[in-house]
Amino acid sequence: MSEPASAFERPLLSPFNVVAGIIVLVGLWITYLRFTGGLGAVTNLDQNNAWGFWIGFDLLCGVALAAGGYTTAAAVEIFGMKKFHAALRPALLTGFLGYSLVVIALTYDVGRPWRLPYPFVLSPGPTSVLFEVGACVLLYLIVLFLEFSPMALEWLGERRLRRILVRLTLLLTIFGITLSTLHQSSLGALFLIAPSKLHPLWYSSYLPVFFFVSSVAAGLSMVIFEGTLARRSFSDKMDDEHKGTADAVVLGFGKAAAFVLAAYFAIKVFGVALDDNWGLLGTGYGLWFLVEMIGFVLLPCFLYLVGTRDRNVKLIRWTAFLTVLGIVLNRLNICLICFNWQLPAQDRYVPHWMEIGLSVFVVTLGVVAYRFIVTRMPVFYEHPDFSEGH
Amino acid sequence: MSEGFHSLQEFLHHTKGVLYLLSVAYLIGFVFFWRYLHDREREDD
Repeated sequence: MSEPASAFERPLLSPFNVVAGIIVLVGLWITYLRFTGGLGAVTNLDQNNAWGFWIGFDLLCGVALAAGGYTTAAAVEIFGMKKFHAALRPALLTGFLGYSLVVIALTYDVGRPWRLPYPFVLSPGPTSVLFEVGACVLLYLIVLFLEFSPMALEWLGERRLRRILVRLTLLLTIFGITLSTLHQSSLGALFLIAPSKLHPLWYSSYLPVFFFVSSVAAGLSMVIFEGTLARRSFSDKMDDEHKGTADAVVLGFGKAAAFVLAAYFAIKVFGVALDDNWGLLGTGYGLWFLVEMIGFVLLPCFLYLVGTRDRNVKLIRWTAFLTVLGIVLNRLNICLICFNWQLPAQDRYVPHWMEIGLSVFVVTLGVVAYRFIVTRMPVFYEHPDFSEGH
Repeated sequence: MSEGFHSLQEFLHHTKGVLYLLSVAYLIGFVFFWRYLHDREREDD
């Protein structure tokens, strides 16, 4: 099943292409405004709110939702769960694209993006949490690129380089998991510097642990969610192994996600207990916290539990979507909604429409790249010329 | 911090005590969680 002809026979003016084209044009226009007029031309950022929607959504949500790469790699390569093997390549691809988009979005958000390499070559700041995040994301992006490369090399018919990379798989997986553990938690550690700005119900000295544990749930749920979408759009690109193990992947990952969400709920409750914040639960922010905790952590945990027990694949697929929403809500709460919560209403940050527009542009780039790759490269199927080395 | 605490020691004594109770409750709850998740598999076996 190499490069089915249907991959190239789709009409150019399909509804997807038209909508994506419009979004890309608007995105390019915003890009022009951003790099000619500066951050002030397209954002509502100010001295009180230095981090806005691009950091909250593109970076924090992007990194968390790209965690499917290391969670699936850990399951398959480290824990030997070979029954999930078919999910590995799509998960690695999603991870690679996710991190690439994070870096692209970061070049918009950083005031002088051409200075991004400075911490590595000119003035290292190894005592900074942000340095660790930057270093880990850079290294992990390289690892993901190397893990993704065999798909591209099989497509190009390059045997020698592919064989070398396949032999490095275990080493790359271990390196990738180590880097992910570090920077997923460090993204939470970034907020430890702002205890007076983040609402006490979201602030905790355990924020790094919260971020890491929730990233595992996000990764597992994203693999299920992405698999659901791929099954609808690219089922003609999937081989029998992929189709045959799809339900096993959903059930296995759903079960794991139920455990992780149960643990995450517990440590979040422990966080409230340790800071004795029970009294805040009756406030407006407290009710919002309960919405997040019950509606987007406890409820998905319960639904995963029921879905796994009853082998209800459809329920698990919907629950994965709910969990992904919950992770997005959590990151936006920490970075935007519950940040600077004590400021008067007129000083609170509300994203400019162009900030949201640019995020839509970045996500669209990811979808287009994903579509380009899965319609050409062996992501959902084994390349017949390379089936021995998977 | 609640108004009833007069020292850090009192605060930690209280919060750690609550945390230990919650941990025990979680561990007991986890047993039921595990049994609920796996009893269907046992029935199938």
